[in-house]
Amino acid sequence: MAFVLNVPEISEDHDREPSPYDENEVHDSFHQLIQEQSQWAELQLRELGAGAPGTSDRGRQAPLGPEDAAAPSTATLRILASMPSRTIGRSRGAIISQYYNRTVQLRRRVTRPQLGGAGRSARPSLRLYDLELDPAALEEEEKRSLLVKELQGLTVAQRDHMLRRMPLGLAEKRCLREESRTLTGKHRGGRGQRGLFPCCGQLRDTCVLVLHSLGLGLLAGLHRLMPWHYALKRIGGQFGSSVLSYFLFLKTLLAFNALLLLPVLAFVVGVQAAFPPPASLGSVPAFTGLELLTGGGRFTHSVLYYGYYSNSTLNQPCAPPDGGQCGPESPSLPYNMPLAYLLTVGVAFFVTCVTLVYSMSRSFGESYRVGSASGVHAVTVFCTWDHKVTQKRASRLQHDHIRTHLKELLAEWQLRQGPRSACGRLRQVAALGLVWLLCLATTLGCTVAVYAFSELMIKSPVSADQEGALLALPAVVCLLNLGAPYLYRCLATLEHHDSPVLEVYVAVCRNLILKMVILGVLCYHWLGRRVGALRDQCWENFVGQELYRLTVLDFIFVLLDTLFGELVWRLISERKLKRREKPEFDIAGNVLELIYGQTLTWLGVLFAPLLPAIQIIKLLLVFYVKKVKPSSTCGPFRTLDTMYEAGKVWVRRLEKAGPSVSWLPWVHRYLVENTFPVYLVSALLLAVIYLNIQVVKGQRKVICLLREQISNEGEDKVFLINKLHSVYERKERSRVGRTQEAERLGDHPGAC
Amino acid sequence: MGGSGSRLSKELLAEYQDLTFLTKQEIILGAPDAHRRATSQPPPGLGAPLAPAAHRRFCELLPQEHRSMEESLQIRVSLEQILSLPELKANPFKERICKVFSTSPARDSLSFEDFLDLLSVFSDTATPDIKSHYAFRIFDFDDDGTLNREDLSQLVNCLTGQGEDTRLSASEMKQLIDNILEESDIDRDGTINLSEFQHVISRSPDFASSFKIVL
Repeated sequence: MAFVLNVPEISEDHDREPSPYDENEVHDSFHQLIQEQSQWAELQLRELGAGAPGTSDRGRQAPLGPEDAAAPSTATLRILASMPSRTIGRSRGAIISQYYNRTVQLRRRVTRPQLGGAGRSARPSLRLYDLELDPAALEEEEKRSLLVKELQGLTVAQRDHMLRRMPLGLAEKRCLREESRTLTGKHRGGRGQRGLFPCCGQLRDTCVLVLHSLGLGLLAGLHRLMPWHYALKRIGGQFGSSVLSYFLFLKTLLAFNALLLLPVLAFVVGVQAAFPPPASLGSVPAFTGLELLTGGGRFTHSVLYYGYYSNSTLNQPCAPPDGGQCGPESPSLPYNMPLAYLLTVGVAFFVTCVTLVYSMSRSFGESYRVGSASGVHAVTVFCTWDHKVTQKRASRLQHDHIRTHLKELLAEWQLRQGPRSACGRLRQVAALGLVWLLCLATTLGCTVAVYAFSELMIKSPVSADQEGALLALPAVVCLLNLGAPYLYRCLATLEHHDSPVLEVYVAVCRNLILKMVILGVLCYHWLGRRVGALRDQCWENFVGQELYRLTVLDFIFVLLDTLFGELVWRLISERKLKRREKPEFDIAGNVLELIYGQTLTWLGVLFAPLLPAIQIIKLLLVFYVKKVKPSSTCGPFRTLDTMYEAGKVWVRRLEKAGPSVSWLPWVHRYLVENTFPVYLVSALLLAVIYLNIQVVKGQRKVICLLREQISNEGEDKVFLINKLHSVYERKERSRVGRTQEAERLGDHPGAC
Repeated sequence: MGGSGSRLSKELLAEYQDLTFLTKQEIILGAPDAHRRATSQPPPGLGAPLAPAAHRRFCELLPQEHRSMEESLQIRVSLEQILSLPELKANPFKERICKVFSTSPARDSLSFEDFLDLLSVFSDTATPDIKSHYAFRIFDFDDDGTLNREDLSQLVNCLTGQGEDTRLSASEMKQLIDNILEESDIDRDGTINLSEFQHVISRSPDFASSFKIVL
């Protein structure tokens, strides 16, 4: 039952508009009203008892509609205006009491209050004194002084933190701060338990202040170091937050790549470049421009690829052949290259993985909201205007976007309200199934094409001067990766989803499946077929070159797609589909492109993808690599059976070294080689996920119950407002009746 | 242009940093960039120093003879001048924003501290709590402490654009407001109060990033 209170403008009361600063007056009149009502109720009972015909129709509660609301009295309006639910947004007193309560809770969490024989007035916090609901309506000054007293109980940092978060003006916050500071000196002198070490408290405060200003200075310095601050601000102003998020993601990926690159540069590439291996047999081919695309030719024997790295200890102290002396410049710092390669890449991957998982879980925790799927109209109206937009044209675009979005929401809502015939439902499900089938068929077709083409490439080997032909397979893969998403977009127009968010998820899912499957086929082609085909040569070099080619061509195709593909799509959508609006920046698709490119880069370092979404493939790949034998003619793992043996060899050497480092081999044997810790960790992870799911379910249930409770309280409120209205109406009528009586008596003084 | 106009005292600066969400960079600025801004030259691009900050921008709005430090802290700037700032010009809520932060009795002018309050609430580090509190006050067009149907309809008109052809039709507007009240008015009294508004806001993780103005 919706209650609409018609509050017309009462012209004679402009200067006496209901204001939150007249709270005392209002509460007094409320008390008076209750007294009057109770007296009137007693009167009624007496009259009823005496058999007088009572105004029984007054007892019926009628919901007040707009037609009954004839001039509600100002007293009613003032009471309604000062209801706590309406004043919390504007009244200073209400804000102060709200933050008083929060400060009390904070302080109680921080220090345990003393239980002693002090008077009740001294420590209102212990009496759970809730200022908002106390009907003895304290003056604003009293509330303020209580708040100041509570603020004094906090530390300096907490007080500043509390003040900063209050929605008051700067001048008022300053007053509160001054008051809580000046009285602190007196207060501190009186505290008994601090008297033992008075200097400690002061020292601690000084330390906190110094750290605070250091922290502020550091933040300011970091802010200055952030690159592209002005460019990002311009992008946000012109295009809005969602496009800005794409560029922020790009910046994050840069940081990740730097994190991966620096250790590898320092420990592997730099050292090997300083101690180059002996010159290889055969001449070094000349540099042609094709190397930049194919990664072969001149680049084959360079630090770019795995094959260049030696499998021995560099900088080895020389072993004199017959007991003679070594040369004067005998080096003394041996550097075990295979171990360094394995450990550097392993540690870099591990750190990247941990950082990724941590940042993903943190942002998921921040952005997931229970019950966020419902209430889409309210969220659209309240939260979608982007205040960062500063240009007129972008602002107009936002207006258009919001308007079309609202109209679409309303249309969808209408559709959903309409009677859902079984026929309609069946048709929708059939369309959905058909589109999914077509998309999966497309994916299968692309996969088969890539597989067939790769088999063809193996069967017809390429000679050294036809290296351009090596670009064929990556080109085919990139073309398919670009063309299939457009096909998916066309097919998606056939189906109809309940919410636009679901549409985006489904599109992202399909693209992800396509890319994962194609990558899987390529990995099989490299690690399964190519290794067999290149038995005596350096297969790692070849795979590295393939990944290089794939990365470079992907980049080129993405550029071409951005320039021409969007243009073609815009022309098609304008002519064929007759849509006048500009197609927006396809954020989901572009972000996927970024992720795909990053995946290739990570694969290129040592065949291990790191994104959690492709984590399963990563585990499979790592197990697969373990089974593959490194080639015997190149690379730092030339003489070993698997790459991990480099670590095992070193551990065995450590064991022989002596008992002082025996814990390391023990750790290696029981935690790294054993599979039990892996199972334990996965079981723990599953348990944590299950726990979180249950917690979310519980929260949803609690939210439902609370909503019901609030709605019941709302009915109470409506009942009371109606009662209030009828009381004042009766008063008004009786007053009018009395004045009319008085006039009548005045006009006819002699009449009875 | 440097010198007296840009030097706030250290204590005042520390106080502003403690009581608002702004950093020192966002409150004051050194001279060279300010001169460039004042003569509206385009910025140099990558590696440019930070955008000019509050005190400098506020002083640019004042007439030349009033730009000393003491005067800039006391004087009030009229609403029209604040509305001419490029960051607010394209914002459909600009009048409401200035009215909410104004502390003058007639609510038609802003002092420097009001301006700082505005920037603090719209800054990067302000809590979503304080942002939603002020968003509620901005959307409350008739200042009665709740969002009733007229407030909501004015809000939707602000969002969809100012022209006659850009507004929603009457039936669409009624349907939309009914839906909004259905979704957010939990106690069914026909209006949305602050707690209900904050509950709706808490369901959207993008609110904090869209309720931002960067100077």
